This record gives sequence, structure tokens and C-alpha cells, in this order.
Amino acid sequence: MKYVIIGNSAAAVGAVEGIRRVDADGKILIISDETHHVYGRPLISYLLLGKTDRERMKYRPDDFYTKNGVETKLGVTVTKINPDAHTVETSDGETIAFEKLLVATGSNPFVPPMDGLDTVKNKFTFQTLDSALALEAAITPDSNVLIIGAGLIGLKCAEGIYLRVKSITFVDLAAKVLPSILDDDSAVIIKTRLEEVGIKFHLGDSVGKFTENTATLKESGTVIPFDVLVLAVGVRPNVGLVKDAGGAVGRAITVDNTCATSLADIYAAGDCTESRDAVTGDVKVMAILPNAYMQGETAGINMAGVKYTYDKLIPCNAIGFFGKHILSAGSYTGDVYYTNDGTNYKKLFYSDDRLNGFILIGDKHPKDGEIPAYDRAGIYTDIIRNGTKLSDIDFELIAKRPGLIGFTREIRQEYLGGER
Amino acid sequence: MKRVYVNEKWCLGCHLCEYYCAFAATGKDDMARALKGVKINPRIHIEEDTTDKISFAVSCRHCTEPYCVKGCITGALSKVDGVIEIDKNKCIGCYTCVLSCPYGCVQPTEDGIVQKCELCVATTEGTPRCVAGCPNAAIVFEER
Repeated sequence: MKYVIIGNSAAAVGAVEGIRRVDADGKILIISDETHHVYGRPLISYLLLGKTDRERMKYRPDDFYTKNGVETKLGVTVTKINPDAHTVETSDGETIAFEKLLVATGSNPFVPPMDGLDTVKNKFTFQTLDSALALEAAITPDSNVLIIGAGLIGLKCAEGIYLRVKSITFVDLAAKVLPSILDDDSAVIIKTRLEEVGIKFHLGDSVGKFTENTATLKESGTVIPFDVLVLAVGVRPNVGLVKDAGGAVGRAITVDNTCATSLADIYAAGDCTESRDAVTGDVKVMAILPNAYMQGETAGINMAGVKYTYDKLIPCNAIGFFGKHILSAGSYTGDVYYTNDGTNYKKLFYSDDRLNGFILIGDKHPKDGEIPAYDRAGIYTDIIRNGTKLSDIDFELIAKRPGLIGFTREIRQEYLGGER
Repeated sequence: MKRVYVNEKWCLGCHLCEYYCAFAATGKDDMARALKGVKINPRIHIEEDTTDKISFAVSCRHCTEPYCVKGCITGALSKVDGVIEIDKNKCIGCYTCVLSCPYGCVQPTEDGIVQKCELCVATTEGTPRCVAGCPNAAIVFEER
């Protein structure tokens, strides 16, 4: 096999499309432990909410694999990579040779050891379609649901099941919700909204002991009865295959800006990797779907023999909860430009003539004539991504409202009169 | 491939392109009837500074390396024969594309999903309506 891809999500699709930009014929094999046609992983909460369905959540059309000449082995796990022999071994006993390999193994829910957790029968994670379907089968309109972890996965899970259960309670060791994407006061806005719809929070606390249907908190001693438990504490990148093969691994698989690992002809992309943040220069795990696709695409182009680098990865998120919508990107350091009219919240973080990051919150359905804080946010994202000097643009104007009018006529001519 | 290009110095700031764009989206035959009493939400926008007398139209660039398509979490955005299209049936309105577009050219709709310029692929004339309706050739559709 010319190309073998382990995994069947956004990074894998990016790789297939990247390979096919260069090589129309080389055989591609996708091996995945998941049995489903490729689906948008973040859509599992929208599936439970009823805003999408199994058909519409397909990330690519039904003919994606055949059209791209991709063979699949679904429901099969890769158990070992032999880097010298250029082979992988699978759970169904096959040894498959590759010329180029992509590891796009994603991440798995991390479940820390907690006293009595093994006595809880109704416990779930929320990471894959199968885990969402299992949770869906367990909830009823009478369910009291306890979610451990008030991050992106936990909160999105809550929105997905909200109308289908009796109550939802969160416990998180962190003092705020969404610590990975919000600062203190923006986190209060979202938490307040969630409390308005009746969701309860125990923040800055953790479960000391579980019984089958109760959780006793360590700090407060509060006893929370529950019927269904969701564990959304965090995720761990799946690095085992590369690590065991002798590849370089930090917190996740180490890759360069072509997505090559330290092992010859072996690439990695997506949530299983760590890469350089274009703003801070720090190496970190930036486990979001757009980055997974772009890394996969980068890997694919290189696997097909064309040198292609992508080094503009930054953390960024677009996500909504109960009518509030958040668009955020970059790092929250430096001076702050801040406006807040009670509905539209905007914070821009800048220093050393550069925009470092932003948090924008507005209503998903703004009032008639109202421009939400997140309108045209991509202009900010691009300023961050490109490291545009703020002294080269009218930042005062752009800070108020993102627009190309804040750029020079020459830049505008390039943007609107050219190709990118 | 033909693209919409903007000649800033020719823009009169008349906003007609916005109305032609909104008209195209209605699928109707008569512009006055289609838009009478309607608050338009076009896919092309005039940015202007009336004191400095600057105005220009901004709409999707149909990028060669489109961040909106690459970042779309549903696969609703795709590039078909050079045109970036949105499958409104698949879009769930996460606004990752709004977060990604360098030009601010993907916009939320009242339904909570997104819309963008699709070069009037649904119309039959072959030239986008904003271009055809521009009185001063400030927007053109051509190979460069």
C-alpha cells in the first residue's frame, strides 16, 4: 500500500484530500477502530439536540472513499508500527506494508482514578458517535445527570441532552467554566447563562467518593444524587503507537511544520499531535477540528512527495451555548481593548505591536439591526495568524469593528484585486 | 478561473451591489417587488468612510486555500469548480467559518446558519448580479 492512514476523522480526510492534490492514483488505505462513515466529531452534541442527524453529520459525502480511491478497514485497530520494516500490524492479525504512514489517532477521554467510580453503572464519556449514542440510550426525561468537567466537551454534552433530561449538575476542579477558552469575567457570562436555564455548578471542587447513585464532594461535603454520570474531565492524545515505535513524543506526538514525526516516512496530524503556536511559539496540543484538517492536508501533500509547510496554527474556537455564542482565538496576554454593552462582549489582547488573541461573545440570534460582537471575527483571526503589525493598520478603527477599511489601500488592493 | 475583483477607485458607494445580491437570492423576476419592504441581508457588503470618501465592495474571494472550507466542522462548505458553496442543510451554525474568513465574508443568517457569495451559481446569466448591476465597473468578474 502506498499510503496508510490510521484514523478516520478530520485529519484523515485532510490527508486524503492533500494526497489527491498531488497524486491521483497512489493507493490509500484508512484503518480505523470506529466503524462509521466519517462524521463531524463535534456534531455529536448537535445530534442529541436534534439539530443534525446521522445523514447530515457525515463530514464528507457517501462516495468520498470510492471517489478518492480509498480502501477502508473499519472496526480494526492498529496494534503496532514497525518503523524499519515500514509495516503496521492490526487487531485482525494482518501485517500491512506502507510507503508513507499517517498517524491520525486522535485522543481518548481521560478518566482520573476516583474513589468508588467502579461502583457507578451508568457512566459515560462524550467523545465519539458511539459514546453519544450510548448516553442517548441511557437518559430519560427523569434522569438527573452529573457531569464531571465543565469544559468544552462537558458543556456541549449538557446542551445536547438538556431538553431530554430532568436536571444537569456540573462538578469541576477549576474555578470557572471553559478554562481552556475563556478568561475569568467571560466565563462568568457563560456560567450565568447556563444557570439561567437551570444547570447547577459546583466549581473548585471534586468528587471524593462515588456510590452507584451519589457523589460526595471533597471540599464542601455536598452529596449529589444522580442517575447518569458523564466523565468529561479531559482528553489524552493517543500517542502509544508512535511512542512504542521509538518516535519522539512530548505531551503528544512531536511533528515539524510538514507534520513529519521523528520516524522516517511516518507523519502525524490532529488531536494526537503537539505543534507550535504561531503567536506564542510554544509547543502545545491544539486539538480543534480546523487544525486537524489543515495538519492532515499538510501531511498528505508531503506524503505524496511535495514539500508543503503550514505553520500558522493557533488555538481558536467557535462555539455556542443556550443562545450565547463565543468566538475566540490566540492567547490572552498583553494590553486589553474591552467593550461590553451587556450583550456584546469584546476583548482584544495585544502587545509589542501585535494582536495576540480575542474573546468575542454575542447572542446567537441578535436583535434586529444589532451587530453581534463576533461579526467578521475572521479579520481579527487573520491579523493574529499573519502576525500583522498593528502600526501598519488602523487598529483603533479595526478594534471597534473589524473591516478591511482599516488596512492600507495597497493591502486592500492585494486582498480584493488578487488571489489568495 | 474567473473571480469577482474590486476596483476601489471606481466605487461610488451607491450600495446597488448589495441590492442586486439580495435580489439574486430571492430567485424572483422583479427586483422592486422582490425587495419592497424587505430588510436586505446581502452577501456582498460596502465598507465606507464617508468623511474620507473611501468605499469599496467586499465579498467572498473564493480563496485557493480557503480557511472556511478547511475549518468547517460539518463539511457544509466545499469548493466545487472553483466556487465555495454552502450546503445549508448540513450547516449547524457553529460560525467556525466566521472565525476563519480573513475578509469577513461569511455571515450569519437570521436562521442561525451562514451565508456567503456563491457567484450567483443559482442564477442563469453567468455573471454575478452584483457585477452586472454595478453602474461604474467597480466590481468586475474576470480572469486575472
